Amino acid sequence: MSVSRISALGAIALSGALALSACASENNGGTPGAGSTAAGSTAAGDCFTGDLKAEGSSAQKNAIDEAISAYQEACSDANIDYQPTGSGAGIKQFIAKQVDFAGSDSALKTEPKDGRIEADDAKAACGSEAWNLPMVTGPIAIAYNVKGVDKLTLNAEVAAKIFDGKITAWNDPAIAALNSGVTLPSTPIKVYFRSDESGTTENFTKYLKGAAPDAWSYETGKKWTGKGEGKEKSAGVATATKGQDGGITYVELSYAQQNQLNTAAIDTGAGPVELTAESAGKTIATAKQTGTGNNLALKIDYATKEAGAYPIVLVTYEIVCSKYADAETGKKVKSFLKTFASDDVQKSLAEQGYAPLPAEVATKVKAAVDAIS
Amino acid sequence: MSIATDRRPDDAIVPDDAVTPPGGRPGRDALAEMRSPHRARAVKDVVARIVMWGAFALAMVPLVWILWTVIGKGAHMLTTATWWTGNQRNINSDDFGGGARHAIEGTLEMVGLTALIAVPIGILTAVYLVEYGRGRLAKAISFTVDILSGVPSIVAALFIYAVWVTTLGIGRSGFAASLALVLLMIPVVVRSTEEMLKLVPNELREASYALGVPKWVTVVKVVLRTAFSGIVTGVLLGIARVMGETAPLLILAPYTKNFQRDLFSGNFPTLPMMINQDRGDFALETAAERMWGAALTLIILVLLLNLIGRVIAHYGSVKK
Amino acid sequence: MSTLTGASAADELPGPDGKRPLEGDRASTGRLGDRLFGGAATLSGVIVIAIVSLIAVFLIVQAVPALMDNDANFFTSRVWAPGGEQPAFGILEFLWTTISASTIAMFIAVPVGVAVALFLTQYAPTWMRKPAAGLVDLLAAVPSIVYGLWGLVTFGPFFKPVQAWMEGALGWFPLFSSTGISGGTIFFIGIVLSIMVLPIVTALSREVFDQTPVTHKEGALALGATQWEMIRTAVLPFGRPGVISAAMLALGRALGETIAVTFLVSALSDGTAWTWSLFNGGETFASKIANNAAEFSNPSKTGAYIAAGLVLFLLTFVVNSIARVVIERRKAFTE
Repeated sequence: MSVSRISALGAIALSGALALSACASENNGGTPGAGSTAAGSTAAGDCFTGDLKAEGSSAQKNAIDEAISAYQEACSDANIDYQPTGSGAGIKQFIAKQVDFAGSDSALKTEPKDGRIEADDAKAACGSEAWNLPMVTGPIAIAYNVKGVDKLTLNAEVAAKIFDGKITAWNDPAIAALNSGVTLPSTPIKVYFRSDESGTTENFTKYLKGAAPDAWSYETGKKWTGKGEGKEKSAGVATATKGQDGGITYVELSYAQQNQLNTAAIDTGAGPVELTAESAGKTIATAKQTGTGNNLALKIDYATKEAGAYPIVLVTYEIVCSKYADAETGKKVKSFLKTFASDDVQKSLAEQGYAPLPAEVATKVKAAVDAIS
Repeated sequence: MSIATDRRPDDAIVPDDAVTPPGGRPGRDALAEMRSPHRARAVKDVVARIVMWGAFALAMVPLVWILWTVIGKGAHMLTTATWWTGNQRNINSDDFGGGARHAIEGTLEMVGLTALIAVPIGILTAVYLVEYGRGRLAKAISFTVDILSGVPSIVAALFIYAVWVTTLGIGRSGFAASLALVLLMIPVVVRSTEEMLKLVPNELREASYALGVPKWVTVVKVVLRTAFSGIVTGVLLGIARVMGETAPLLILAPYTKNFQRDLFSGNFPTLPMMINQDRGDFALETAAERMWGAALTLIILVLLLNLIGRVIAHYGSVKK
Repeated sequence: MSTLTGASAADELPGPDGKRPLEGDRASTGRLGDRLFGGAATLSGVIVIAIVSLIAVFLIVQAVPALMDNDANFFTSRVWAPGGEQPAFGILEFLWTTISASTIAMFIAVPVGVAVALFLTQYAPTWMRKPAAGLVDLLAAVPSIVYGLWGLVTFGPFFKPVQAWMEGALGWFPLFSSTGISGGTIFFIGIVLSIMVLPIVTALSREVFDQTPVTHKEGALALGATQWEMIRTAVLPFGRPGVISAAMLALGRALGETIAVTFLVSALSDGTAWTWSLFNGGETFASKIANNAAEFSNPSKTGAYIAAGLVLFLLTFVVNSIARVVIERRKAFTE
């Protein structure tokens, strides 16, 4: 009776699945209406009910998770999901209308790349202009693991040579010249890079190209063009560096912190600058806005010589439609991003290894969020 | 009927004393040694015995090691009550705990639906190949099954994405991921079922036909039933294969930390995606514990299904 | 007794008198049940063909335009720069990594897997067989993502010194020369893959060995064979087609394994010198596609990756064809 047994099992499984999906729309926890009364200083009675989907940069994952928790604690009927699959993925899914907004480490490109213009595609998907809203700024650390060395200074040129495989040992004179007083071992340098295409790679190579154009001759982009050994995602490079004496990589500060990796100070010409939220914030403050109106793309001056400014930073954007085809979705996005841009949430991000938005930019972002419909 | 046809597939694990005396010693060693010219043969026999034991011991090393790692790092998550009742809503990577119930339910539901589609197709295809198939169609099917078994999960996922999302314009969802998993499960079920059906002695079929039993009844009541235990093994292999698949989920079923039982709604919670979510931050103790906890939960789920399968196989197989 | 050799009925030769054996399509008499059941079985088979054809069409349609634009030789180039103004991409590196890692996995998993299956069916003491078989099945119950985590966190760090030692001791041999890749080498991936596919080989082989007719075994023993000789002359020949099938299934898995390899593998940077060393890094087809799937932003770039997927598809095709030929020839000898 094997077949009938199997089909009987199947029937049970099917009815189970149906029964399960029947009650799927129920939410966990909170009763309806509880949202507006709960500890909602951030969302202030502006709660939506239902799902909001977002996807994109993994660099802002911890920040947006924080914002989502803050929002959901106030609004128990709201479900917000963020997939940290990468900036390109976020934009792709945004254009394919699979997500309501995207997170990206770079603003939508306005020049053709591979025959497509991202900004135009996004505009077509939205039916209105798509805006880049800078929301989180994160420093990229040059993280290293060298036995006996817990203080290291690099400059753009030396960093470029290390990541290009031109400098191969830790006691290279070029490194030693920047680190008088530090005993450098002869350990070979092991460079780890992101084997997946990533916004972190793009921003890091932009820095190398911007600050040391002679030493870094490659194109900038999401795909790594230097030397080394590739590992998957930030967690991959951080883990590999942690497990290898002589290892060095570029990774978002939060991953360096998680893995207790040392981070190199950068000498921009005005003395070594340690990586902190403040020093990164100083670089962000010098950024210029390139977008128009509420489209707030920022351009960072990687070659900044300002004292105490740590130059390797990335700005991650939320990419939204200025006017959503579905007004309901527009309300949801607006409501959530208001929370994300609020001072409370922005302040809490510093603990996660992110740098705060400069006040001037933050004000513009808030205004832009308000203009979403 | 010969002795061979009397043996049922599932009791073959029980040794035949006529072949191997209790304790597994061949009982022939002494005899072989007396015949000194054949000493080399006896030595070979002993060497073979040692090699087989060694192989088994070797196979156990990674098993014990993996379980040791997973249990050691993940077990205590499973002892918290919220693990079995709660979800991950508002639990960030640096927060401790949270539940896995959303992902457990999601995984079971998704794999259940996958099996529901893949198992009938797989078994029927195998039946066709062994019982009906003749000529070109059978060869073609056999060949395509081989090819399907070589389609990597990521390619299957991209294929479904192209059909489901790009062409048909339906959004990503748990169901779309199920479809990709079906592609991965079918060849495993077909191949293993086919092997088992081939092993059913022809005499059984002939005896059934001789009694005037229609072919389809013969297949269902004699052939499939005789091979039942083996088929269940194949289905379980298939389930184990798809249960931990992550690549199709990454492409087709975005994760959610909330309860979500609707396979058609878009975001869908599953254990592999939960693992993947926490893997990004596993340098943090809080995320690592969750990751290993979810991994252990996934293994336990697969094992439970295995156990259920064994019970079904036991009660479903031919009785003496 | 031709079916007892495990030969597929689909490949059945005509009976001794030149006619088909009684069983088979002609045994069905056009009864409704027969037609329905036979129809359902045929339909399932056709569905499988349809799915695979669709996948093939999908792969080809996406791959061909990208291949037309390709500036590099697709098969011999090691450059991978799809998309852009002048896409140039070749698969040599992935082909080498995929094949060498899978070969290592098969070299380990097939002998060990078959030996374990023999142990479980022929050697293990009675009381031990069921629990031991359960333990091996447990290995199959470990999902691939868990193998990935284990490889990353536990086995990887353990293997590093082993690899360093092997590089020191065997480095004179080109396959084992040091390349400076610290972990996630082809050799390491091969070992992890072998562990992953071992239970597939074992589970199916075990089922097949179990079915060896007692008459064959007793016959061999009665002729004075030792246990090993009995296995060699009765059990292994009987199980061979099944073992080959199992091995193919395992190979398919090894070639296409995605997530664990993606976690573990070390990618090479552009312009790395070619080496035969198994201690080199390099991505497999599946890991390369998976690692970048999220960023497939335009048809030309996607097409390049899909083209790589198509090669994997063809690779499996070729390997399976070879296996089929082997099985056919074996059958010809035994009959």
